[in-house]
Amino acid sequence: MEYIIIFISAIFVNNIILAQFLGICPFLGVSSKISTAVGMSGAVIFVMTLASLFTFLINQYVLVSLDITFLQTITFILVIAALVQMVEIILKKISPALYQALGIFLPLITTNCAVLGVAILNIQKEFNLLESLVFTISTAIGFGLAMILFAGLREHTDLLNPPKAMKGAPLSLVTAGILALAFMGFAGLV
Amino acid sequence: MNKFKILTRGFIAENPVFVLLLGMCPTLGVTTSAINGMGMGLATAFVLLMSNIFISSLKNMIPNMVRIPAFIVIIASFVTVVDLVMEAYVPALYESLGLYIPLIVVNCIVLGRAEAFASKNNVINSAIDGLGMGLGFTFALTLLGSVREILGSGAIFNYKFISPDADGLLVFVLAPGAFFALGYLIVIMNSFKKA
Repeated sequence: MEYIIIFISAIFVNNIILAQFLGICPFLGVSSKISTAVGMSGAVIFVMTLASLFTFLINQYVLVSLDITFLQTITFILVIAALVQMVEIILKKISPALYQALGIFLPLITTNCAVLGVAILNIQKEFNLLESLVFTISTAIGFGLAMILFAGLREHTDLLNPPKAMKGAPLSLVTAGILALAFMGFAGLV
Repeated sequence: MNKFKILTRGFIAENPVFVLLLGMCPTLGVTTSAINGMGMGLATAFVLLMSNIFISSLKNMIPNMVRIPAFIVIIASFVTVVDLVMEAYVPALYESLGLYIPLIVVNCIVLGRAEAFASKNNVINSAIDGLGMGLGFTFALTLLGSVREILGSGAIFNYKFISPDADGLLVFVLAPGAFFALGYLIVIMNSFKKA
């Protein structure tokens, strides 16, 4: 039951993009087509899960046991950067098809604050390993959901003819605001 | 380029938030009030200034191949400094900024200036650039925070100017209001620029 609550709340109620404002850069940057949004979401689900697993174990067995938790930020960002590189190299070797699909999105993920954000949130919320994995995967699904919905909206708003000052970023931001407003309807679900 | 121009371009011409659209996560996330926006802006400005100074003075020692990881380590060190100092001296602000303090490390503005400016210019110019961009970011966050606080809770810097029983337009303090406020601020800026 607990896991279902974590799952629903991370996807809908506390959606990582629309309620917590993490990962806004890819949300605004690579959401102009549904196909790229799907690719980015896939890469994020993959890397986020691995990153959370590694950072959780490192925090538990290295940082806490040596009493150096003040190095958390430095350690986590290095782990994530190294992990992204490693995933890229391994994918290229063992699964060229998957690399083709996710490859160009991988370097962008190092600076995706959602990945580091979730790793830190897992520690702050004092989850155990299983809870943090459920939380991470559902957060990543929430990221994908918001990305794909927003890409769908943008494919339509691109066809509009807005006032000159409204073109581009402002129109995307206001569209995202309306989407966030819709997601507020889920508040109180859990 | 003269030093004055380097200092001032971060405010309007190349404002990291309104023009370059960088660092969107803290921009949207913490600006529920003017004071939060200002605190976040100043914390980022400090990291930007110090990392620019360090990176430009070490630029000849860092091998080109590993420069990005090296930059990230330098930035992360200063973020840790800010994190610990804020926790000790301004616990209330630290509490309300929460997760966004460690996330300064992945703020694209900081790494962006390191790569685009500090790794190519001398220490003095890099310091000025870091200061200018940092203050431009602070200006943008304070402005956005003020707009949201005025509309959302009828107050500015915690001073409430509407009657104590009245409510503001709550939506501006909540998540969607961040997108709306920033979107329309950019519209206003754009329409001035065209005119």
